[in-house]
Amino acid sequence: MKKTLLALATTTMLVSPAMAEDVKLGVILGFTGPIESLTPAMAESAELAMSEVSESGALMGGATVTPVRGDSTCVDSAAATAAAERLVTSEKVHAIVGADCSGVTTAILQNVAMANGVVMISPSATSPALSDMEDDDLFFRTAPSDARQGAVLADILEDKGVKEIAITFTNNDYGKGLAESIEANFTGRGGKVTISAAHEDGKGDYTAEVGALAQAGGDVLVVAGYLDQGGKGIIQGALDTGAFDTFVLPDGMIGDALPKAIGSDLDGSYGTVPGTDSEGADIFDKMARDAGISPDAFSAESYDAAALILLAMQAAKSTDSKVFRDHVFDVANAPGEEILPGELGKALKILADGGEVDYVGATAVELVRGGESAGNYREILVKDGENTTAKFR
Amino acid sequence: MEALNALALLGNYLIVPGVTYGCQLALGALGITLIYGILRFSNFAHGETMAFGTMVVILATWGLQSLGVSLGPLPTALLALPVGILAAIGLLLLTDRYVYRFYRRQRSTPVIYLIASIGVMFIYNGLIRFIIGPNDQQFSDGSRFIIKAREFKQMTGLNEGLAIKTTQGITVIVTIILVIALFWFLNRTRAGKSMRAYSDNEDLALLSGIDPDRVVMIAWIITAALATIAGTLYGLDKSFKPFTYLQILLPIFAAAIVGGLGSPVGAIAGGFVIAFSEIAVTFAWRKVFGYMGYETDSLMQLLSTDYKFAVSFAILVIVLLVRPTGLFAGKSF
Repeated sequence: MKKTLLALATTTMLVSPAMAEDVKLGVILGFTGPIESLTPAMAESAELAMSEVSESGALMGGATVTPVRGDSTCVDSAAATAAAERLVTSEKVHAIVGADCSGVTTAILQNVAMANGVVMISPSATSPALSDMEDDDLFFRTAPSDARQGAVLADILEDKGVKEIAITFTNNDYGKGLAESIEANFTGRGGKVTISAAHEDGKGDYTAEVGALAQAGGDVLVVAGYLDQGGKGIIQGALDTGAFDTFVLPDGMIGDALPKAIGSDLDGSYGTVPGTDSEGADIFDKMARDAGISPDAFSAESYDAAALILLAMQAAKSTDSKVFRDHVFDVANAPGEEILPGELGKALKILADGGEVDYVGATAVELVRGGESAGNYREILVKDGENTTAKFR
Repeated sequence: MEALNALALLGNYLIVPGVTYGCQLALGALGITLIYGILRFSNFAHGETMAFGTMVVILATWGLQSLGVSLGPLPTALLALPVGILAAIGLLLLTDRYVYRFYRRQRSTPVIYLIASIGVMFIYNGLIRFIIGPNDQQFSDGSRFIIKAREFKQMTGLNEGLAIKTTQGITVIVTIILVIALFWFLNRTRAGKSMRAYSDNEDLALLSGIDPDRVVMIAWIITAALATIAGTLYGLDKSFKPFTYLQILLPIFAAAIVGGLGSPVGAIAGGFVIAFSEIAVTFAWRKVFGYMGYETDSLMQLLSTDYKFAVSFAILVIVLLVRPTGLFAGKSF
C-alpha cells in the first residue's frame, strides 16, 4: 500500500508543477555484481528515508524527494563513473547516496563528485584509505572504516591479556587495510606482531602459509580473510598441525558457516562484526519490514545516509552541496535532540525552527574525523560451536 | 633432544604436508602426462575432470552416509570411489567420442586439441557448478588423525608436536599402490605395452596392428581413474570447492613439465619437486635454527609465502631453459 502511495505521489509530482523545490538524490549502488544480493534492500532503505521526508512535508516548506538509481557494479570503476556522471550532469541530482564498494566509491568521488561539487554519503565503503583521501569535504560514510575495527580488535586483545599475535590477511584492499590497522593499533598498545603475511583466496593448500605463521608464533592468530575462502583453509591447517588454538576473527570471518565447518575446535575464538544494540536498530528493522523490505547488511546504514543528507539540507536551508556539506557533522553529532528512525519529520521541524538535532538513526551514527561513522561493533565469542555476542563496543 | 625437536618440527610443517601435497600433484600430473603421451596434447580440462569425479564421489558418499554405511576410522568416500571413477570414465569417453575424435579424424595439430580442451574445461566447469554448486562441500568422516600434535608431545616428551592426519596417510598409501599398479600395467601387460609403442612411434605402432581407438580409450579410462582418485584425496585432505580444482591445474602442469611431459617417472618426481619447493623455500627456519643452537629474532625466511607460486614457476622456467625436455626426457613410457 505504502509503495502504491509512493508511486502515486511520485507520478502526481511529475505531472503537476512542483509546489516547492524538488530534491533529487542519486542512489548509486552495485545493482549488478558481487554484492547484488544486498543492494536492493539498501536502495529501498535509502528510499524509505526519502519517502518519509517527502510525506512529512517539512523539508524546506514541503519539498519532495525523488530518488534516481544508478548502477555502480561494485567492481567496474569506469561503469560506475559513467553512471554517476549521468546522474549528476543530466539528472542533476543534488547529492548521492553511495557508492557501495570502496574501489568504485573512490572513483566516483574523484572523477564525478569532486569535479561537480556534489556531496556523497556511502553506506558501505569501509577501506581505511578513504579516511585520509582529499575530498573537498564532500565525502562522508555511515559505515565505520576498517581502521576503527583494528582499534576495537586491539582493545579486545588487550583486555584478554594477549601479548603476541600473528596476522594473516587476504591479499586485497580489505585484508591489507585491516591487517595494517590491527598491527598499528596493537603495537601502539605495547603488543608485538610476530608476522603479518598475506594469503591468496581460492587455493586448496595453505601448508606453506601455516608453516610460516607457526614458526613466527604468537598467542593467537588473527585471520583477516573470508570465512568461505582462504581464512577457513588457514584455520583448518593451523588447527591440524597444532600451530594455534585460538583465532581472532574480524567481520569477514563472522558467519554461521565457519563454526559449523570447523567444529568444536573453534570454541574460545573471538572476533568483531559491525552492529549495535541501540534502540534505533530495532525501530528501523520494524519500519523496513512494514514497508516490505527485508533488511540485510548495510540496509540500516543506507537509511541513515539518505536521512543525513536531507537533514543537512534542512539545516543549511539549501540543496546546494557546497553549502550543506558543512552541516552534515552538525546534524549527525551532539548537541541537539536525539533522532531515531521514523522521526525524520520531527527532526526537520526542529531544524526549521532553528533548533539542533543529534541524528542517532538506525546505526547510532556518530561522525568522526574524516567524515565517517565512529562505528559500533559486536564482540563475538565462539561458544559450543556457535557465534555468540559477548558485548557491544 | 634438541635435534629431535627440530626433526619433529620439520616433520610437522614440512615433510608430512610436503609428501602429501607431492602425492596429490603426482597423481594429477600422471593423468596429464598420459594424455600427452598418447593423444599428444596438454589437457587443460584435467583439473575439472578431477573436480567432476570428486563431485560424483561426494554425492555417492552422502548417499552411503544416509544409508548408515561407514568404514569405521576410514572415510566413507573410499567406498564411493568406484562410482566416481565410473562416472568420470563415462564423461571422458563421451567427450572423446563427440569432441576429440573429430579432431583426430581431421589430423589436427596439438594446439587445436589444446584449445578444444579449454572449451571442454568450461563445459565441465559449468556442469559441476550446475550439479553441486560453487560452494565448499564437507564429505570427510571417520577419524581425523592418526597422531595428534598434542598426543605426540605427551608420548615423546618433546616440545614440538607432530600431527599426521588420516587423509595424509591414505593419500600416501593409495598413491604408492596406484603408481606400482600403473607401472606394472605399462611394463608387463599387452595393453600397456601397446600404449607405450603407440606413444613412442604412432606410425610403427599402427603398422604392427595396434588398434589406435583401443589405446586412446584405455588412456582415457586410466586418466579418469587417476583424476578421480587424486581429486578425492585432495578434497578429503583439504576441502572440496570446484574453484580450487581450477587453481591446482597450474602446479600440476608445472609438475608434469618439470618432470618431462610424457614421462610417468618424471610426473611423480615433478610433483614432489614442486610441492617441496613451494613449502621449503618459503619456510621460516627460525625455530629449527633455534633448536640447533642459533637463537635469532629474525624469521630466517628466504622468501615470503606470497612468492610460493613464483618459486614453482621459477623452477619451471629454469628447467625449460636448461633442460627443455624436463628432468626425465619426455614421451617415453
